[in-house]
Amino acid sequence: MIAEFGLAALWLAAALAGLQLFAGIVTLRGGEGLAGLTRPLAILQGVLTALSFAALMLLFIRTDLSVKLVVANSHSAKPFIFKLAGTWGNHEGSMLLWVAVMAGMGALIALLERRLPERTILATLATQAFVGLGFYAFLLFSSNPFERLPRPAAEGMGLNPLLQDIGLAFHPPTLYLGYVGLSVAFSFAVGALLTGQVGPTFAKVMRPWVLGAWIFLTIGIAAGSYWAYYELGWGGWWFWDPVENASLMPWLAGTALLHSVSVLAARDALRAWTVMLGVVAFSMSMVGTFLVRSGILTSVHAFAVDPERGSFILVLLAIYIGGALTLFALKAGSIAEGERFSATSREGALVFNNVMLSALLGIVLLGTLYPLLTEAFGVKVSVGPPYFNPVGAIFAVPMLVVMAIGPLLRWRRDRVARVRGPIIAGGLLFVALLVGLLVWRPFGVLPLIGLALSVVLMIASLLPLRGRNLLRLPLAVWGMVVAHFGLGLCLFGMAADSALTVEKLAAARVGEVTEVGPWQVRLDAVEPVAGPNWAALEGRLSARYRNGKAIAVAPQARSFWTPPQQTSESALLTRWNGQLYAVLGDETDDGRWQLRLWWKPFVTCIWYGGLLVALGGLLALIGRVATDLRRRAALGKIASRKDELAKVRGA
Amino acid sequence: MIWLPLALFLGFVVLFAMQLRNPAEREVESAMIGKPLPQFALRAAADVPGLANTDMADGKARLLNIWASWCVPCAAEAPQLEALRKQGVEIVGVAIRDRPDDVAQFLARYGNPYSRIGADDRSTVQMGIGSSGIPETFVVDGKGVIRYQHIGDIRAEHVPMLIEKLKEASK
Repeated sequence: MIAEFGLAALWLAAALAGLQLFAGIVTLRGGEGLAGLTRPLAILQGVLTALSFAALMLLFIRTDLSVKLVVANSHSAKPFIFKLAGTWGNHEGSMLLWVAVMAGMGALIALLERRLPERTILATLATQAFVGLGFYAFLLFSSNPFERLPRPAAEGMGLNPLLQDIGLAFHPPTLYLGYVGLSVAFSFAVGALLTGQVGPTFAKVMRPWVLGAWIFLTIGIAAGSYWAYYELGWGGWWFWDPVENASLMPWLAGTALLHSVSVLAARDALRAWTVMLGVVAFSMSMVGTFLVRSGILTSVHAFAVDPERGSFILVLLAIYIGGALTLFALKAGSIAEGERFSATSREGALVFNNVMLSALLGIVLLGTLYPLLTEAFGVKVSVGPPYFNPVGAIFAVPMLVVMAIGPLLRWRRDRVARVRGPIIAGGLLFVALLVGLLVWRPFGVLPLIGLALSVVLMIASLLPLRGRNLLRLPLAVWGMVVAHFGLGLCLFGMAADSALTVEKLAAARVGEVTEVGPWQVRLDAVEPVAGPNWAALEGRLSARYRNGKAIAVAPQARSFWTPPQQTSESALLTRWNGQLYAVLGDETDDGRWQLRLWWKPFVTCIWYGGLLVALGGLLALIGRVATDLRRRAALGKIASRKDELAKVRGA
Repeated sequence: MIWLPLALFLGFVVLFAMQLRNPAEREVESAMIGKPLPQFALRAAADVPGLANTDMADGKARLLNIWASWCVPCAAEAPQLEALRKQGVEIVGVAIRDRPDDVAQFLARYGNPYSRIGADDRSTVQMGIGSSGIPETFVVDGKGVIRYQHIGDIRAEHVPMLIEKLKEASK
């Protein structure tokens, strides 16, 4: 019954989305009758999809073996949390999550948003419903998660062991909130294009939604990177894999959008550009989904490889992105040009940031699609770090430099002379760091620049606090400072990891000591251990940092039996200044054990930095929402006073 | 200028549509077709005898089915294997990375069309005959030479074709 209930809720939600779109079209064409329906429809649709997703979760929790999806992705012996995570650890379930988040966002807009003209809100909700419809169709016609088997199976096939990890329980839902949250930006952009109302209010309304989605996207990417780092056992944290790029591209577009929307909100400039970015950001989410689901690119994440599904999503892409871009081309001319500003100004710096972010986006997109492009001509290539790192740096470095200076500039017009002091000080510090580092030891060019630049960035990011009353500073400014500092910290971690990592591949006998960087690692024993659905060989290591106290480390080579697969569980030992990373390999013929050891100084800064970036976003979001609430309260008071006055006068 | 994004996007759609029509090669054809089976001897995976390459050089053509109890398409092709057996085709099985209990359970549930089943715990035989997925079915002639490879589950429409291939192999 639960499966049928979930499916029914999904069909009903799809029907409501159709109605919502219809009501929106009628209203935009001048009809009044259905305008009142749109908001309740959006809310109900959100509730129904949430129920549908809850039904699927329940099926997974109960391991209902009459449901095909459960059989294919779960197993009765799996721990509870991974049964739950199995709900979205597969194509159908994750598409249902997509739809549920999308409808949930629509419901939230319908509930909360009252600042924009009602026509624009209705156009936005109609767009949200229109996009939603495509994904409902995709789910219901080609990826039904509730499909039953003709005969219930005896046992499920289990979830891919790599995915049986606590990281997976949170990584996809967080990323999805980000990906799909950007659909709100898309819908607002299309809504505003339809009604032609692009201005500061539009920007202020759109900003918290973009911020929210962007925060989740940031956390999702950071979490995914950390998950790959410790679960795949390669010691790397970013592989320029198509799927990683698919999450990075919406982030880059979202970051650009966040900055351009600030210009629009504060200065009523960059109107058409902001609308364009709103379209592009969600388009990148959809392109990412397409790349992953169609199996068109080879990736470690290749799931649901199915050309038919690929064709379906491609058609959706063509309709939505093609439609939005056509609308943009037709209507952008009618959006009046915004305010002007001089090149040396806060807006100027933000425009530079936008151009560089867009260039980075283009580079990542090109690198990701290049193998496809050449394959059309019969040449197989793969594009990796040798392309992405240096080419990306060409645009990332100038962008980061401007990021350090931009917040010091005034809106509209400023003189370079006014900020000459900090620029010279920063430049001198940068050169001094370069020289100091080179004297210490030889470095590659990129890690060298990265290390020096990151230190300057972290210091410069604090400058906007100078001379201000820290207690009275708006939260949004704190948010910017924290996010910029976090980006500096993240860069520091990346550069330190690639410049200072020490790797050791050893074949050690029990009792033998291996040195890696400042560590001495002794292999004490290798013993079998068992978990709920796996058995493993566990290496018992004791590690000493500079002859200090021995700390136990236990990497495992695990064998899962549902489905049968080997994984290596790396063991991490975290200190404030870095991580020791240990992987246990196979036994050699003469009774020694392969050990892979890395000492990675300051590598954790990458993820702490990422989290700080997200925290900065959160602070800004709280600040913006609080300001809006205060404004609403004030408006409410004025309105009630007017009422009272009117009553008194009337009496 | 304002149409540029749309133009770029359309180019992208065309490229993708082209690539979707010729998806990356996921079906790997065995390089062993026309060659004799490699040497192997697998222990029994169920209460039928195990399987060795020498069992297949007795002058009779047969099907060699790569399967596993944990593979859903294998359950889907079980009726077709049964139908082939009823038509007098001999089928031997290689169970990939499986456990005896699960194999027994699977056979009890879906029927046992196999005269022999070898347990291939590390996929060595599977790799050796050039199979990259499960299920796959090979036509092996009476001299133990691989004559044909069928990738994926056997559907009802494949049955006559496989019988035809077996006839060719018997010549």
